[in-house]
Amino acid sequence: MGANAFGQPLTRKEDARFLTGRGRYTAEIVLPGQSHAVMLRSPHAHARILSIETRAAAQAPGVLAVLTGDDWSADRLGGIPPGESLIRLFGTPEGQGYSFRPPPRPPLARDKVRHVGDTVAMVVAETLAEARDAAELIEVEYEPLPAGTDTASAIGAPAVWDEASDNVCFRWSAGDGAAVEAAFSRAARIVRLNVVNNRIHVGALETRGALGEYDPASRRYTLHTGTQMPHGLKKELAEDLFGVAPDRLRVLVADVGGSFGIKNALYPEQALVLWAARRIGRPVGWIGERIDGFLSDYQARDNVSVGELALDGDGKILALRVRSLAAVGAYLAPEGQLSPTVNTPALAGVYRIPCIEVAVTGVFTNTAPTSVYRGAGRPEAVYVIERLIEQAARETGLDSLELRRRNLLHPSALPFRTGLGLVYDSGDFPAMLEHALARADHAGFAVRRAASAARGRLRGFGIAHYCERVAGAWGESGWVELSPDGRATVLTGTMSNGQGHETAFAQLVADRLGLDPADVDVVQGDTDRVPSGKGTGGSASLSIGGAALAEASDDLVRKALPLAAEALEAAPIDVAFAEGRFSIVGTDRSVGWRDLGRRLGPERLEGVGSWKPETPTFPNGCHIAEVEIDRETGHTSLVSYTMVHDFGRVLNPLLLEGQLQGGVAQGVGQAAMEHVVHDPVSGQVLSGSLMDYQLPRAADLPALTLETLATPAPSHPLGIKGCGEAGAAGGAPATINAILDALAAVGVAKLDMPATPERVWRAIAEGETALPRVRKDGELPPKVMPLEAAR
Amino acid sequence: MYDFTYQKPSSIADAVKLLAEPEAKALAGGQTFIPVLKQRLNKPSTLVDLAGLGLAGIKAEGDKITIGAMTTHGAIAASPEIKKAIPGLSMMAGWIGDTQVRHCGTMGGSLANNDPSACYPAAVLALNATIVTDKRRIGADEYFQGMFTTALATDELITSIEFALPVEKSAYEKFRNPASRYAMVGVFVAKSAAGVRVAVTGASQNGVFRHTEMEQALSGNWSPDAIAHIKTPPGGLNSDIHGSAEYRAHLITVMAKRAVAAAS
Repeated sequence: MGANAFGQPLTRKEDARFLTGRGRYTAEIVLPGQSHAVMLRSPHAHARILSIETRAAAQAPGVLAVLTGDDWSADRLGGIPPGESLIRLFGTPEGQGYSFRPPPRPPLARDKVRHVGDTVAMVVAETLAEARDAAELIEVEYEPLPAGTDTASAIGAPAVWDEASDNVCFRWSAGDGAAVEAAFSRAARIVRLNVVNNRIHVGALETRGALGEYDPASRRYTLHTGTQMPHGLKKELAEDLFGVAPDRLRVLVADVGGSFGIKNALYPEQALVLWAARRIGRPVGWIGERIDGFLSDYQARDNVSVGELALDGDGKILALRVRSLAAVGAYLAPEGQLSPTVNTPALAGVYRIPCIEVAVTGVFTNTAPTSVYRGAGRPEAVYVIERLIEQAARETGLDSLELRRRNLLHPSALPFRTGLGLVYDSGDFPAMLEHALARADHAGFAVRRAASAARGRLRGFGIAHYCERVAGAWGESGWVELSPDGRATVLTGTMSNGQGHETAFAQLVADRLGLDPADVDVVQGDTDRVPSGKGTGGSASLSIGGAALAEASDDLVRKALPLAAEALEAAPIDVAFAEGRFSIVGTDRSVGWRDLGRRLGPERLEGVGSWKPETPTFPNGCHIAEVEIDRETGHTSLVSYTMVHDFGRVLNPLLLEGQLQGGVAQGVGQAAMEHVVHDPVSGQVLSGSLMDYQLPRAADLPALTLETLATPAPSHPLGIKGCGEAGAAGGAPATINAILDALAAVGVAKLDMPATPERVWRAIAEGETALPRVRKDGELPPKVMPLEAAR
Repeated sequence: MYDFTYQKPSSIADAVKLLAEPEAKALAGGQTFIPVLKQRLNKPSTLVDLAGLGLAGIKAEGDKITIGAMTTHGAIAASPEIKKAIPGLSMMAGWIGDTQVRHCGTMGGSLANNDPSACYPAAVLALNATIVTDKRRIGADEYFQGMFTTALATDELITSIEFALPVEKSAYEKFRNPASRYAMVGVFVAKSAAGVRVAVTGASQNGVFRHTEMEQALSGNWSPDAIAHIKTPPGGLNSDIHGSAEYRAHLITVMAKRAVAAAS
């Protein structure tokens, strides 16, 4: 219905606020009597804390409190809970669990620091400058210990935890190992590839921040912070940290300037500001600087994997086996086990792979803990399978498109149970590939490549085709209330962190109720006002939170109908609702929401809905990157990027495009730019500022081509599949596949992310030396390494 | 940042007097120094802002162009006189930082700081410019004395930089640090009355330097081919997470070739 209906490109309600500097982020909230906190962080990657001398700091001007881990412990408070039980997927052996699950982490380190940036002490003062001055007066005596920051060599490196001498946090596996073994033993060819999924600093535009209040009269804590999951934060803070009933704690979230997963889980500072506020009797605010973020934000990815494909003589995939080492960092973050395990089923990709086995070892290193980041394991899995497909093409001599076409799942094979136990219910992967190839003008690529070559540049074409499981893990409720002036107020437990929920939910509810989206107010980020919520994550806000709100809207209509009938002096059975009006069937007599609002008495008129999916949805898409590489410098330019996606029904194509742009930028960033680098000996962070950590910039990205090829989600009431992580799923593998395609011309077969200019330049130099040994047309490819050696 | 006193003198004499104080620092745009202050890496007693001394401006006379020390990169990039007489310098100024940086940062500030990744030192050295201070005139070859080190005395202020004309050829090419966009390797090539000069910034641990082998090769034959075979020894070059010494050594030749091509 009209320009604001489901499916229309409604512009964002929040943009006027954001674009005119009127957003309200945590740093912009100032409370009467607010004091300011800074954190003293560990300069060592690994050290014993021998003593902390705080007297001089405590006496410095303006100082209100200097707090250490001993103080926290003396107040008998809890710790940040480590990741929960490991998921059991198809084929996960009974009884598999943690080798060592660290204890709850006190927000201030006490005996030991385990990574550079570990929180050691907190100073609260009247002004930020005074807090900083005082922090410089704290003397911490450390006994430095040997440290390890490298994932591949973590097992056998100095122990991060005395309790885990081999640095193993968990060993976990899934899939049918016996079937995979059998398939490998009869395979005509085995393709093996080592891949590195580089460690990422997420770098949200708004740094982390927390502002704590404590009211002694009601004994209630209030935390203002940026998060994606306000209710979860409230529960953890109340129950795990402060040992109080959840109703003693309120979490308030204003605008959030990006999160992508890193603002999901609880951080030390969020507990510390509340604790300090209670101790000093004043609000305590902490706003992280960029350096705090680089050292102490949860980081992401950081896996090294060996992937193996077993193929028959026709290039059909018989089995996939993946073994990974995944760094959890120095502590196990609250969701630290999730990415390496829960979303490994994305390894199945868009192919008919009869059996899959995945085994992951989670390892401790002296690095910031890792946690979920856009895709949370899905992009990592897509990276493995999509690199392997291209490697298989290279090694078998089959054209990569031919190999893809031979192995793609056909719609007639759906529903299909993957080797890791998911049941794909929809999608048309072959059509998607062909469509994407057409949109990316694959036919014209040879001409473009020749033109690039004439300018001394190498051109490459790279594909990443994925299918991911999202939005199946939890439920949400939603509330839609009619106000006396006829507006609707939406309450949701999801939390926008920049992606436009105010618009999306207003549009969805307005469409349902026949209102103008401007007349729908979205309330989120207040755990007192919104009764419950899981929050935002896993591409689930619209598909789960939105489905709940659709039901709540319908419930409001149901509940309003008797009121409308009364207004119309008709029997309810004769009244029908359509396009925002209740009318007596067969007449022109009707009332709208404004009329009903005016008739509201003291009673509230509120619709309630909830949605807890029984099965997840399966968004999928094909990304094609085209790159040009300067042979002399190794510099890569992304020249075009094309995507065809199946997100089911799309609520708002503008919001969708925004999601995809950001996700692709992050994928491209990981592929060619971003990398957290530590000094191998000292464990110091060498990429600890934007002077050294390269985030993608607008000029690094071409205009993206996005098209949707929708098959509605059969399991979802609105047919929605979810899109939040899709850009990141394909961005990195498509880019690297394109770079490797370009470099194949000069004999390069191996390259890890990030494909920085120097790495590409070195690969070219080494490739050119190796080039004479590369096969000529028709010659058999080199023999694959025996499987034994791969283990 | 730490507390400091802020002063904005209106005469060079006053500025020099203020700068004589121990721990006093000059502020000449602040695009390097203000971030340093914000990170508490420097603790000046007094910050002496040079913006009130009337040192900004570009003057083109017959045989030289004089650029006031407090002239911003933005003004240099926009100057039609510089674009016409020394296109390489114009190009260089337009590539520094971003718009905001170019409208605050100054040439004198950059030269006094002599960051090994700064761009201007390459232009000044390749064009054999003269650094004019409140006390004397210093030739470019004498001025640059290693990273963050110059011939300036502690109480000496740059007032202007003089570029002798005509400049027959000039161009600058830089390979940007992927993250910071500073010059990882920047090469300025020039052919003027001072002869052919090639200056390299960003690459060396000792800051900007002249590449004499390339100068000799280009003196006989101004073409990229003349220097394509020249390899710079990696010893003494910078090495960091973005580029090893070997990579920088390689980039010197690539950037020099491109600069020569651009100035042909």
